[in-house]
Amino acid sequence: MEAPSKVIHALYTDDDVLMAAVKKVKAARYHIEEVYTPFPVHGLDKAMGLAPTRIAITAFLYGCVGLAVSVIMMNYIMIEDWPQDIGGKPSFSYIENMPAFVPIMFELTVFFAAHLMVITFYLRSRMWPFKKAENPDVRTTDDHFLMEIAIKNNETELTSLLEETGAVEINIVDKEEAH
Amino acid sequence: MYTLSSKLKIFSLILIIAGAIMVVSGFLSSHVSLEEVETMLVEEASHGDHAAHATDGHDSEHAEHVMHQIHNRPWAALYVAAFFFFMIALGVLAFYAIQYAAQAGWSPVLFRVMEGITAYVFPGAVIVVLIAVASGTIGHYNLFIWMDPEVVAHDEIIANKSGYLNLTGFIVRAVLFISGWVLYREFSRKFSLAQDTANDNSNFKKNFRISAGFLVFYIVTESIMSWDWIMSVDPHWFSTLFGWYVFASMFVSGITVIALITIYLKSKGLLEFVNDSHLHDLAKFMFGISIFWTYLWFSQFMLIWYSNIPEEVTYYVSRINDYKLPFFGMVVMNFIFPLLILMNSDYKRIPWFIVMAGIVILGGHYLDIFNMIMPATVGDRWYIGVPEIGSILLFAGLFILIVFNSISKAPLLAKGNPFIKESEHFHY
Repeated sequence: MEAPSKVIHALYTDDDVLMAAVKKVKAARYHIEEVYTPFPVHGLDKAMGLAPTRIAITAFLYGCVGLAVSVIMMNYIMIEDWPQDIGGKPSFSYIENMPAFVPIMFELTVFFAAHLMVITFYLRSRMWPFKKAENPDVRTTDDHFLMEIAIKNNETELTSLLEETGAVEINIVDKEEAH
Repeated sequence: MYTLSSKLKIFSLILIIAGAIMVVSGFLSSHVSLEEVETMLVEEASHGDHAAHATDGHDSEHAEHVMHQIHNRPWAALYVAAFFFFMIALGVLAFYAIQYAAQAGWSPVLFRVMEGITAYVFPGAVIVVLIAVASGTIGHYNLFIWMDPEVVAHDEIIANKSGYLNLTGFIVRAVLFISGWVLYREFSRKFSLAQDTANDNSNFKKNFRISAGFLVFYIVTESIMSWDWIMSVDPHWFSTLFGWYVFASMFVSGITVIALITIYLKSKGLLEFVNDSHLHDLAKFMFGISIFWTYLWFSQFMLIWYSNIPEEVTYYVSRINDYKLPFFGMVVMNFIFPLLILMNSDYKRIPWFIVMAGIVILGGHYLDIFNMIMPATVGDRWYIGVPEIGSILLFAGLFILIVFNSISKAPLLAKGNPFIKESEHFHY
């Protein structure tokens, strides 16, 4: 990234207008850097041409980790370290007592998948504690939608195109290098 | 508008006739005498490792027991298949009522398919009750031993339950349940058809109201029905979540059949307004309710396994000893297979994937009913042979004939439904 680069910020007040604008900008073969929205807009990722999410794959892997942790943990606690008589069936075998462990195996699978998925999502979205907000305009947390496009000596064409798409405000700003 | 093709009509009639022949031959071949059973048992014993010691007393009692089990088999086979196809229709009726009560926007394009399937509730339920009653009157108490006054006289537990478990009560409850279900079905169908040509939404509002009322009636009667028609084959045993368990089975089977019939009609070039997002939603339900079924299957098992009370565990001991393959096989078919096949979002939109998963799910839920009825009636003398397959063919033929005949009676699009535009434009 060469610094300081210039970007154009187009603001919209309606998600349908935004969607139409994104499609138009993509059709004109411009690269959209980012879109900031106050709420998730259905189908926006597809319209922007973002790669499909891989969070589902991580969810599966994290679930497997949770399942493994629960099996190893309970085998150690309930069978090896301090053998427990489960339901009057003192077999001290993990597999024979498995029905009693299934709820915990299930819960830890869900627990690991859910929490690690959220943490992964935050990290992947470059959000961590004490991080300075990347959000360029506070109104995008309320009722405005913001589309960010990099400028490469095409300021005028881009501005006129964005005006056609129904943007309520168009700003050209210097983008700092560091996030 | 769908017209019942003569090809499908002939196909279903062939199923009915072939099934009927197999059912009749099953009944005829089950009439073994006590002597025949005794020689059979001696032969079986000589094949095994145990030496056959012919001491009477216990052995002849055992032979009589086995003879009854062999006599029961065609009855039980008929009952399992009859209940299986009936429960598909009742499951769809509940699903349909939920769509109305929730004012769902995605599903109205499928309403005519659902209404077609629920046409089988009435004949299906009547057949199940007739078989049950016939087994306790013209039969020899082949399904429900509590219908036998001899058994009740010598069994204190059943005698104590006879205030509830008696033939009159059984019939009165059955008539009450069936009339409630059928009344809702007929009225909702009537209002749904009337809404097509109406200028206002009054028919839709009426349907909303009776659907909400029906759901309350349904969950109570479905639960009691499952005790009466299924759980009472083991009159000593009871499970407090049995109604839910049977509900999960009928719900997932019903949704699967909606998906299969929708895909069939689409393959005929009909239902052009049903897109792959509707199929995706049905497949999500198939996936989700399969997991719900497993949750209840396991909950019922785990509580009984954990507490280990003799009169409760016998239920699972007989299933795990004598029914290992169907009992664990159905968990593979109803849980592991649909879980793996339908987990991926894209696969839920591919018709042949849904068909493949659907056929396995339906087979698995037939086995589920099989595992509920057979251990109490035929014990370890089970097999999936002529009487079982014949019964499936017989009721499959009847089901196809009645359902597709009903679908052909009305336009396939419920065009007056206030949500029909939303449903047609539904996309994921």
